[in-house]
Amino acid sequence: MKKHASMIESDEAMIVIRGLEKSFGANKVLRGIDLDVHKGENVVVLGRSGTGKSVLIKIIAGLLKPDKGTVKVLGEEVDKLDVKQLQEFRLKIGFSFQNSALYDSMTVRENLEFPLVRNRRNLSRAEVDSAVKKVLDDVGLSQAIDQMPAELSGGQRKRIGIARTLILQPEIMLYDEPTAGLDPITSIDINNLINEVQQQYHTSSIIITHDLTCAKTTGDIIALMLDGKFFRKGSFEEVFDTDDERVKSFYDYNFIENV
Amino acid sequence: MSLNRQIQKQKPHKYVISKPIDNFFSDIYRVYKFVFRFFKEAFLPPFEFQEIVRQCFEIGYKSLALISLTGFITGIVFAKQSRPSLAEFGATSWLPSLVSIAIIRALAPLVTALIVAGKVGSNIGAELGSMKVTEQIDAMEVSATNPFKFLVVTRVIATTFMVPLLVLYTGFIGMIGGFLNIHANEQTSFTTFFENAFESISFLDIFSSIFKSIVFGFTVGVTGCYQGYHASNGTQGVGKAANTSVVISMFLIFIEEMIIVQIVNAIRPS
Repeated sequence: MKKHASMIESDEAMIVIRGLEKSFGANKVLRGIDLDVHKGENVVVLGRSGTGKSVLIKIIAGLLKPDKGTVKVLGEEVDKLDVKQLQEFRLKIGFSFQNSALYDSMTVRENLEFPLVRNRRNLSRAEVDSAVKKVLDDVGLSQAIDQMPAELSGGQRKRIGIARTLILQPEIMLYDEPTAGLDPITSIDINNLINEVQQQYHTSSIIITHDLTCAKTTGDIIALMLDGKFFRKGSFEEVFDTDDERVKSFYDYNFIENV
Repeated sequence: MSLNRQIQKQKPHKYVISKPIDNFFSDIYRVYKFVFRFFKEAFLPPFEFQEIVRQCFEIGYKSLALISLTGFITGIVFAKQSRPSLAEFGATSWLPSLVSIAIIRALAPLVTALIVAGKVGSNIGAELGSMKVTEQIDAMEVSATNPFKFLVVTRVIATTFMVPLLVLYTGFIGMIGGFLNIHANEQTSFTTFFENAFESISFLDIFSSIFKSIVFGFTVGVTGCYQGYHASNGTQGVGKAANTSVVISMFLIFIEEMIIVQIVNAIRPS
C-alpha cells in the first residue's frame, strides 16, 4: 500500500528539533539534527545501524537527555519537563520498540491493559475490556488475547506492541525498526499497519528503519542519516535521486544485493 | 550494536584513582541513590497494593516448601550434633534451651535469609535484568508508568515484609525438628520441651531476630532489584545480575548478622 503526502493533515508542527547533539563518551552520535514533523505526517529516518537513529527517538520520548539543541514535542520542550509533566507528556506518545518489549510475565490482555489501568484509573472493567478489544481488532489479532508473548510469532509480537501503544490513543507514534527481523511478507503487513494507524488514529509518526521497502511504503518524508546528521531529506525519489556513492550504495544494498 | 553496549563501549577510560577504586565508590554512590529513591517512591502515591500482594505471594508462599524442609532439618541436625557435648556433662536436659536459643537468635534468621537470597534474590535479579535488556523497563516508562515504583518498590517491600514472617515460621518448624530429635532420644514430652525452650528466650531475642530479618529482607530485595535494574550486555548481563544478587546478598547478610549480634549483645542485660 503506497501512500501519498495528501494524508498530511496540516502544517502544524508536532515535533520540532533544532541543533540536536548527543555524545556517549568520546563518540559523538548526533551532530546537529534539525527536523520538523507535521500533523498527520510519517517521517522515516533512514540510516545504517549504529548511526544514532534510535538515540534520536529515545530523546524525543524523554528516555535520554540531549547534550545540545532543543526538542519540542507538542509544544513542550522535552528535556525541561519534570517527572510528573513527563509522565503526562508520555500519554500522548506511543513508542513501538524494536523487539516489541512485551511484558513476558503477562498475557496479551494484561499487556494491553497495563498502561490503560494505570493511567485512566476511573475506567470501568467494561470500558477497559472494550478498549482492549478495539485495539486488538485494529491490529487484527483478537484471537491472541489470552496468549503469552512467548507463544506469538515475531510479526504478532510487533502488532501487539503497536496495539499496546495505541490503547492510550497517542498523537505521536515512534517506531523503532518496525520490520527488523521479519520476513518480507510480514514486513509488508507491518508497513500496512503503520499506514492504517496513521489514517485511523490521525497520528504523526517517526519511523526508524534501514529497510527501504518500509521507508518507501510508510514515509511521507524520508530523512537519510549519515555521520550523525541528516544528509538528505525529501520524498523517497528525491532522496535517492543523487550520484552520491554513499546514498547509492545504501540503495543498492537494499534493492539489489538483498535479492 | 545496542544502545547500552554503545554507551558502555564509548565510556572514556580516565580514572580519578584507579579503575577498581573508582568503580567501587561510584557503585556505592549509585546504591545510595537507589536506596534513597526507594524510600522517596515508597511513601508517595500512587501505591501499587495489588502488585505488592502478588509479590508477597510469590516471595513468601512459594518459598514455604523449601523453608520448611531446611528449617526442619536444621532443627534436627542441631539437636543431634549438640547432644554428645551436653551428654558428657550429663546436661542433656539443657537441650531444649540450647536448641531454642540457637534457632531463635541465629539459625532461623540466617538460614531463612540465605534461602531467600538464593531463591528470591536470584529470581528478582534475573527477572528485572531480563526486563532491562529487552527494553521492557523502557516500555513501562514510555507508557507513563513509573517502572521503579512498579518493579522495585513492590519487590523490596515484599521481601522486607515476608522475610520476618518466614523467619517466625522457620523458627517454629526448626523447634519442631529439634523436639522430634530430642523426644526420640530423651523421651521429653512436647509440653516440657516447649516450657524449657521458651523459658530461655527473652523478648530481646525475638525482637532482635525480627529486626534482623527485616534488615535481611530489605537487603535481599534491594540487592536483587539493583543488580537487575542496572543489568546490561544482553543475556550475559542477566546471568551476571542473578549471580551477583545472590553473592552480594549473602555477603551482606553475614556482615549485618555480625554487626547486629554485637549490638544486641552489648545491650543484653547480663
